[in-house]
Amino acid sequence: MADIQGVSYEKIKHKRRMATEDIIFTIFNTIFLVLFAVITLYPVLNTLAYSFNDGNDAVRGHIYLLPRKWSLKSYHEIFFERPGIRVGAKITVLRTILGTITSLAANALLSFILSRKKFLFKSGLSLFWIITMYASGGMIPVLILFRYLHLTSSFWVYIIPGMVSAFNVMVMRTYMAGIPDSLEEAAQLEGAGYMRVFWSIITPLCKPVYATIALFVAVYHWNSWFDAMLYNRFDPQYTTLQYELMKLLDSVSASTGATSGASMTAANANTITPITVRAAATIATMAPIIALYPFLQRYFVTGLTIGGVKE
Amino acid sequence: MENSITKSKRTKEIDINKPKFTVKEFKRQWILVAISAVYVVYGIIFYYLPLVGWIMAFQNFVYAKGLTGSKWVGLQKFKFLFSDKTFLMVIRNTFAMGVLNLVFSTIVAIIFAILLNEVKNRFFKKSIQTISYLPHFLSWIIVVAIVHDALTSTGIINEILTSLGILKAPYAFLGDPKLFWGIVTFSHLWKETGWNAIIYLAAITSIDPCLYESASIDGAGRFQKMRYVTLPGLRPTIMILLLMNMGNVLNAGFELQYLLGNGLVQNVSRTIDIYILDWALDARNLDYSLGTAAGIFKTVVSMTFIVVSNYIAKKKGDERLF
Repeated sequence: MADIQGVSYEKIKHKRRMATEDIIFTIFNTIFLVLFAVITLYPVLNTLAYSFNDGNDAVRGHIYLLPRKWSLKSYHEIFFERPGIRVGAKITVLRTILGTITSLAANALLSFILSRKKFLFKSGLSLFWIITMYASGGMIPVLILFRYLHLTSSFWVYIIPGMVSAFNVMVMRTYMAGIPDSLEEAAQLEGAGYMRVFWSIITPLCKPVYATIALFVAVYHWNSWFDAMLYNRFDPQYTTLQYELMKLLDSVSASTGATSGASMTAANANTITPITVRAAATIATMAPIIALYPFLQRYFVTGLTIGGVKE
Repeated sequence: MENSITKSKRTKEIDINKPKFTVKEFKRQWILVAISAVYVVYGIIFYYLPLVGWIMAFQNFVYAKGLTGSKWVGLQKFKFLFSDKTFLMVIRNTFAMGVLNLVFSTIVAIIFAILLNEVKNRFFKKSIQTISYLPHFLSWIIVVAIVHDALTSTGIINEILTSLGILKAPYAFLGDPKLFWGIVTFSHLWKETGWNAIIYLAAITSIDPCLYESASIDGAGRFQKMRYVTLPGLRPTIMILLLMNMGNVLNAGFELQYLLGNGLVQNVSRTIDIYILDWALDARNLDYSLGTAAGIFKTVVSMTFIVVSNYIAKKKGDERLF
């Protein structure tokens, strides 16, 4: 009897300890996760506050979540007084739209071919594209090739070379392979050719994966700057938004970098580009992504789980 | 029931039997073959021709003379490369930052995923997760602008540290070579942790709930469940992601270092890609051959990484890539 009581007493003690352990853990976990969210969001909100602040006033610092002295001058400057940013925005929008459409079409068609079980050269063609994922020629051979092909100093360097991506093709192919063959067979019995099957049967069923890939490609185009620097450095008419932002950033960091050894405190006063202008450009550049983010984020996640886990 | 069995058998047979190469079959799918041919031409031009460009590494390549007209110099470029102190330095930097990034991004993403998984309130969980992967969609330029702002003399970090009395005067964080690798690693974590955690979270939800129940019955607490159920359940995912990222160790060193680096920290900030870019863009010391040789080195090392890590995984009986 005493024995049993002893056991149950121990059990209760154990349970109680677990309960307090649970509460303490939950509190710390919540604090940690909130802190994580704050670290993620604060810099963005801080940049937003700077972008709406007056340029001369901002040099004093101490601006946190709200502007101290409201001003829309920085936005006025980037939208109307800097032609580079205007051109960059135009090119970026153009390449994002055109690049996404062409890339989606090219990837989808190749995925369709590679997911046909009866295709005669299926394994050969797969291997051909898988190799491209691992063996790359490197920056300079590509640069030289593009010069020979007259792709440098042109808008098309943004569209044509990256049109087919083996990674995206693999993601789409996996998805398409999951569509039952009976649908294709039924359509073929009715006299539909391959192109008809692709357009009228596979494409409507692949809308989710198309959306995901299109979003990935669109974000890639929106965010890219390196190709503008490498291939179109001397052609300001083909600059991109992010590249213009990079130049703004460069002018700031160059000036602080030069003076940072001696007198950091005075450095920000003589920057070439006011910090508020750069903040406004940063906000304007990320605005479309943040505005669309709540609506599109579920597609991003689906895409990762389709593509990330191998079949 | 019977019908479904025969059906699945039939589809399996088609799977196993490769399509026979007959003229009739070829004619039936001529359109697929024709389109594939276009893709092959495209692939050869944009992915395989640059590999032919590797010849440049063995020449004194001059653009105007082309591949056929340039002078052959054998291994001279490679010899120069490996005796160049700068090149050895950039190899060290690339490896160090690549490995730091791989290790920390994996560990932090796993911890974040496990902690997030422990949250009971669905709304809170969803909100934190949505916030966490927002930075993934911002460009490196924006990330660098943010990091730069946070670390300047009037930035938030200096302000916190001075007001807490840890620092007496604002410190030039970005000008200190000792801090650069840490800053780069942290920037990566800021941008990618939430994104990397998605796949671990998906893997956690696929762990059998019975395991948690039986662990509870055995008296396991929260931490013990995390340690002995969740973590082992994540093992295959961790392995396959590590494998995939191993080949990318050398690729992880470009945009951030290029944008964040400055004259004061260039001995620790420059990576192989930046070294290559310098040879490609510098108008006076233009040397395409040297840049190509450095690029070959990078590709070969990356490929070796992939093959070796794949081999190790195969030996240990874990998942592997191919």
